[in-house]
Amino acid sequence: MVPCPCCKKHIPDSMDTRMTNPKVAVLSGKGGTGKTLLAVNLAEVAGRSLYLDCDVEEPNGHLFFRPAELETQAIQVKIPQIDADLCDGCKICVDFCKFNALAFAGSKWILFEEICHSCGGCTLVCPQHALSERDKTIGQVQNGISEQVCVYSGFLNPGEASGIPIIKKLLAETRTADTAVIIDCPPGSACIVMESIKDADYCLLVAEPTIFGAHNLQMVHELVTLFHKPCGVVLNKCQAGDNPSERYCVEHDLPIVGRIDFDPVLGRLNSDGKIAARVSGTYNQRFSVIWQTILEETQLETAINS
Amino acid sequence: MKVAMPVNGQSMQDEVCESFGRAPFFLFYDTESEVPNFVDNVAAKSRGGAGIQAAQSLVDAAADVLLTPRCGENAAEVLAAANVAVYKTEGRSIEANLEAFGNGSLPLLQETHPGFHGHQND
Repeated sequence: MVPCPCCKKHIPDSMDTRMTNPKVAVLSGKGGTGKTLLAVNLAEVAGRSLYLDCDVEEPNGHLFFRPAELETQAIQVKIPQIDADLCDGCKICVDFCKFNALAFAGSKWILFEEICHSCGGCTLVCPQHALSERDKTIGQVQNGISEQVCVYSGFLNPGEASGIPIIKKLLAETRTADTAVIIDCPPGSACIVMESIKDADYCLLVAEPTIFGAHNLQMVHELVTLFHKPCGVVLNKCQAGDNPSERYCVEHDLPIVGRIDFDPVLGRLNSDGKIAARVSGTYNQRFSVIWQTILEETQLETAINS
Repeated sequence: MKVAMPVNGQSMQDEVCESFGRAPFFLFYDTESEVPNFVDNVAAKSRGGAGIQAAQSLVDAAADVLLTPRCGENAAEVLAAANVAVYKTEGRSIEANLEAFGNGSLPLLQETHPGFHGHQND
């Protein structure tokens, strides 16, 4: 227990929760750096925890956790539908749509569902009130239990414009969570990643030891800086010789909270869908050390920001 | 008859544009008066759905025919709804294609490609 930095006496409940139960987002500028490896194994060593797979275009954390007691919930968005009898072909809705999801040709109103971003604007601007909204399923959220980890995975149906409604649903789970939360983010630094890190207390950036890896690290570092998120780096696949990502960390004063060596044993465990920290004592210890470092970092940040 | 064509410049000596939705200009050619009219393609800079918007602009301009090297499936759906016939250009010359169309030697465009959802500057 750390005493409250301002009054030195008590710790407000909310703050205490934040210190011991941080929401940690795991992200990287490209795919394949080890986001899921880190996120899954950290959730495993965190004790009771909540793991959210926000990589909704290709969620794979569930392949490691194999959660039981599965529950599934369909996620829907609103898309427009037309009452052709009311439409007078003014095309105000077509001009309004910034995504070009609508067209009007040969006295026919056309909606391109996969381009529609569900903003609802067309139904508002229609002077004839010919447009209304209907539900469209874009994917699902699945949840289950894997030992001490509560596993939530988002699945976006192929071809859909945006997984953000699914991520919002996943993040809603964190509001009532009384455990540590690990958010496995999509790769890159686009809006879907911004949505995933919005509620995070701490961002963990996973980086490969290559020039390309360092460039991708820079992208996500700039993103989390923009969001004023405290962050640290795990250098993955470390080998002897120069590590451009490590150089980037040193040059930019970025804390390195862990290093994982390039290890065929770990690679094989991962390829077999095994959770290294669950089946290997060595790796359990290694990921526990990283998790402890992250906890210390988040407590430090809480103290600084109070 | 009003013939539309995606083009790279605003003269008859310029070339047919390889892209439909993101062509910088459209040529509208009236086969009766033989007068060319070059207009900016409003869809060229759109972030996504450029083909749909370009097709809508052709429909709005009352084009009867489109001559193009390629066309996306979404744009084709809009054009089909307005009965705009789509022919496949051959080579890059605007005038040669207009002439070939006049002779009836241009084939109908049979294949449309899937959209790129803004990920490729098509």
